[in-house]
Amino acid sequence: MLSGKEVKMKMNKLQKKILILLLILCLLTPIGILFPVFFNAGDAWGEWSAQTVKELVGYVPRGLEKYSEVWKAPITDYSINNGDTSVVHRSGYYIVSGVAGATLTYIVMLLISGFIVRNGE
Amino acid sequence: MHIPDGYLSPQTYIPLFGVFVSAAAVAVKKVKNEVSARNIPYLGMAAAFSFIIMMFNLPIPGGTTGHAVGSAVIAILFGPWAAMIAVSVALIIQALIFGDGGITAIGANCFNMAVFMPFAAYYIFRLFNNSSARKSRVSFAAFIAGYLSLVMAAILTATEFGIQPIIASTADGKALYCPYDLSIAIPAMAIEHLLLFGIVEGIVTAIIVNYFLKNEPGLIYAFRKGGKNENE
Repeated sequence: MLSGKEVKMKMNKLQKKILILLLILCLLTPIGILFPVFFNAGDAWGEWSAQTVKELVGYVPRGLEKYSEVWKAPITDYSINNGDTSVVHRSGYYIVSGVAGATLTYIVMLLISGFIVRNGE
Repeated sequence: MHIPDGYLSPQTYIPLFGVFVSAAAVAVKKVKNEVSARNIPYLGMAAAFSFIIMMFNLPIPGGTTGHAVGSAVIAILFGPWAAMIAVSVALIIQALIFGDGGITAIGANCFNMAVFMPFAAYYIFRLFNNSSARKSRVSFAAFIAGYLSLVMAAILTATEFGIQPIIASTADGKALYCPYDLSIAIPAMAIEHLLLFGIVEGIVTAIIVNYFLKNEPGLIYAFRKGGKNENE
């Protein structure tokens, strides 16, 4: 395991640039909501709610019904308010979720890598 | 491609969880030596990139949505073992915090997108490019690696969906989990990834690999073959 000082490391110019590009990418994530709405595209294949499965095949598979409620994610579907159907609001929630999720992912990955990597070169 | 809870039987998700944990244990050992400390920030950014790119849902007009994963470019730049850990972190956070992909399906989703896909991409890239640094060659190999690896991962996912009616159905023929069999799941998921999502993964892979080729070519894992990274 590397010491905290080594893990913190100053970033080089390219790394700083990429970090900024990632932030810009976060701000563009509402494309992932707007395009599907505009082109009238539904759920991803195999990611339907139990209700949608019932509409598709006429019944809710028993196991699917049992397991589908097994976990209540704190920020379901990248939205803090899933009742809000306004595309503008949803885009806002989406950006916030994107920034929060990406930041958390970044930090967790840094911690894990710092813990694993022994090659101090 | 994020399988939700309830679509896979325990007979499917438990073994896949075991495979994922075993693969991750090997990845930890590999990454320990093959990644140098100064590249750790890149791994953090790679994981964050994978998280973000998966939020770009793209529509098949009038049909379904899907997205790129980023596993291919991460595998080419930082190696498939590092990619495995980076994409797994993104997928596990998506499942736990954002409900994207099931908790019971974490092993399956990580196996498909974080274990299988980076290795497929890495070896496809190497197959189409053994160390030529010419921009056109690199772009072509990177595109094919991204394109094919995502399509193959989609077919793998579709196979896990499609075997459910065989594994677990009630006496009157109703499925317990995913209700669609292989004959529906595989064409549905293969076609949408062949037509759109795979192309996006390919383009993203080619653009970013080229960006690194121009700015920090020495970093690219796939080009350091024959070095100490190769046999560890």
